[in-house]
Amino acid sequence: MPLVETICERLAARDPVSVVGGNTKSFLAGRLTDEPVSMRDHAGIINYEPTELVLTAKSGTTLHEIESCLRDARQMLPFEPPRLGESSTIGGVMASGLSGPRRMHLGSARDCVLGVRLINGLGQHIKFGGEVMKNVAGYDLSRLSVGAFGTLGVLTEISVKVLPIPEKEQTQKLECSQAKALETLIWIGRRPYPVSAASWINQSLYIRLSGTASGVESAAAAIGGEVLNEADQFWSELRDMTTQEFRCPDLWLWRISVAPTTPTDALNAFCFDWAGGQRWITAPPDDFSPFELASRLGGHAICFDRQRGVGTGMQPLESGILRLNRRVKEAMDPHGLINRGRLLEEATHANESC
Amino acid sequence: METGQLVAALAAGVQSERVLFREQDTAPYECDGLTMYKAKPKVVVLPETRDEVCHTLKTCKSLGVPVVARGAGTGLSGGALPHADGVLLVMSKFSKILEIDEDARIARVEPGVRNLAISEAVSHLDLYYAPDPSSQIACSIGGNIAENSGGVHCLKYGLTVHNVLSVTIALDDGSILTVGSDALDSPGYDLLALTIGSEGLLAVVLEITVRLLPKPEEMRVVMAAFDDVTKAGDSVGNIIAAGIIPAGLEMMDGPAVAAVEDFVKAGYPLDAEALLLCEVDGTTAEVTDELARVEAILEESGATMLRVATNEEERLLFWKGRKSAFPAVGRISPDYYCMDGTIPRKHLSLVLRRMREMSKRHGLRCANVFHAGDGNLHPLILFDANNPTELKRAEDFGAEILELCVEVGGTITGEHGVGVEKINEMCVQFSSDELTQFHAMKAAFDPTGILNPGKAVPTLNRCAEFGKMHIHHGQMPHPELERF
Repeated sequence: MPLVETICERLAARDPVSVVGGNTKSFLAGRLTDEPVSMRDHAGIINYEPTELVLTAKSGTTLHEIESCLRDARQMLPFEPPRLGESSTIGGVMASGLSGPRRMHLGSARDCVLGVRLINGLGQHIKFGGEVMKNVAGYDLSRLSVGAFGTLGVLTEISVKVLPIPEKEQTQKLECSQAKALETLIWIGRRPYPVSAASWINQSLYIRLSGTASGVESAAAAIGGEVLNEADQFWSELRDMTTQEFRCPDLWLWRISVAPTTPTDALNAFCFDWAGGQRWITAPPDDFSPFELASRLGGHAICFDRQRGVGTGMQPLESGILRLNRRVKEAMDPHGLINRGRLLEEATHANESC
Repeated sequence: METGQLVAALAAGVQSERVLFREQDTAPYECDGLTMYKAKPKVVVLPETRDEVCHTLKTCKSLGVPVVARGAGTGLSGGALPHADGVLLVMSKFSKILEIDEDARIARVEPGVRNLAISEAVSHLDLYYAPDPSSQIACSIGGNIAENSGGVHCLKYGLTVHNVLSVTIALDDGSILTVGSDALDSPGYDLLALTIGSEGLLAVVLEITVRLLPKPEEMRVVMAAFDDVTKAGDSVGNIIAAGIIPAGLEMMDGPAVAAVEDFVKAGYPLDAEALLLCEVDGTTAEVTDELARVEAILEESGATMLRVATNEEERLLFWKGRKSAFPAVGRISPDYYCMDGTIPRKHLSLVLRRMREMSKRHGLRCANVFHAGDGNLHPLILFDANNPTELKRAEDFGAEILELCVEVGGTITGEHGVGVEKINEMCVQFSSDELTQFHAMKAAFDPTGILNPGKAVPTLNRCAEFGKMHIHHGQMPHPELERF
């Protein structure tokens, strides 16, 4: 029996179902209680018309296949999702809701989703949103499902907005302290330059410009610094978190999401992305103070370490928000059958431990 | 519920002069921008504080009285149509801009602040708020949250959902929560995305933090005329295929051009079957590059006339024509009915041809304005409301257009919302399982259903009566329901 029908039947019979895509980001949001089913065989691009700027694919389609198909038409996924492994699928990308360096300027994974088909906890295969840019019919359950780690429904099809690859890209490298980098970005943010990424690492600020040839050149002249060679490799490594600085065997890696203008001395980050909105820090094993730190700064933390124990990875939710999150989960999966152990259970564990 | 009893309960927590119940006081609120639907609310509450909002919600929840929140009342789908037995919660006194942070490029505002007022307040900082619905002079940001409003520039700059960082909401029980934050994402489910566009059915918005953008250094607009709508539609695809995402890309058909030119004298060519306005913005260097390419593409696509606005005055005049399309059509017909479907752009000529057939069959004229970049079509059906058969024909014609949008893979509403207007067409776009899922989500926020009841999502009974329920796998949904 095809995978989708099997899952529908199992859920309709109140049999718990867990799913994974390429299993590259499973370490992020709690450990599954039940043996997962792989969505990898539910794959294929269903519809792609470059001039409509929309691509629809089955959730098990690999990110690699989608990106190479887009590249052939000189287009791209606007949010530059991190590729944490070759097997990464579009379903997993959306379930985790992670976005890469371009997020600050062209929107996040959630921003780019136009529609989804999913199997809810009653085993109903249902569709929300669509394949058009503007669509306000019904609640936005498609964007809601992004970042839900599959707990609101098993994603089976995803429609996503795509954009043209810019005519020219160039990266300016400016050697400066992290504090100076933020100041510079505040100045740049007030001007209509075609910035497509802004990160600081290793005592340098990197600003990627994307647009027409003379648009990029004139902005580069105004921003200054030196032109970075091998810029594609730099951004690719930052996107996938594979640079040297991210390898910290004796420490745990934490992602802190804060307002981009948050002062740098508040967080001793070794790297920031999204013009300051996404900061990377390290902490000793079993030190959960980043949760408290992030919360004090009005943001939140996620532990990216693969070795840590269950129930310690997600920022504890404030009680009113947690209550509403639980009711949303119940609305989509009233018997609590899908992806048991993920997301809310993780956030709740942390709640109790803090 | 007796009016006096409700008024007394409300007045226990809301200053009495802000509770209106006499007919002459409530009558001005009987409709929003969709004037064909009217209902007088039992009571109008004009709260000035959060406590007054929360008291109203708690009171209404305990008494089982419906609450309809209203912003500026410019909505075009009847989303703020009052409930005859309920309270209309008018948020217009929440009109303060609370904070502008120029470094972070954000503004914290109350829901009654007008959309354009945000851009005006930050204009001296060379910043602006991007979503620009055509009602932006009057519409409130709270209403924009309810409808997930778009505008002329949303292909490049996104909808409301892409430009809001957080909202503070009051739930049905009067509790207050903030969803989203000044960071770019938040832990747990994306309740911000769920709240935006929920048409006042899930919560009442108390405060909004919006993202501001730097003003472009330069904006240039090119006008192109075509003798054929297919060529005009194809030219849009050609611009996008060339890797250009214009700031604005608008189309009008012949009847719309004629109505507008007569009204505004924008210099639109009257012999055009379709007229395209394409705006590019950014730094001067970028604009110069893109404009040259856009002109070349339009020429290759068979434009019969091309004109680039030579100065800011002319640019605004070109746009004035487009932005005056609705009142211009209002001058040539006693009434018009504005539709709001979205279609995959490749089906444009098919949809326009089918609409011409419908126009003949219903005996009503139709003019089209089209956000061509994102496929959002606004057919304006011309009719006379004093002629009872014309109103009915206009509604039938409109419903047929929306069903056609769904048939070609689009949606019944791109930016105006479902409200009361398109509630029947929801039965065409969604299956009973999907509608039931929406109702479950509503119940997660508002289990007793006091917030804006009867809007946005139809009951299955209503769909059964309407007789157009989306049939899945050839099976009649809910065979247990009576059909009338």
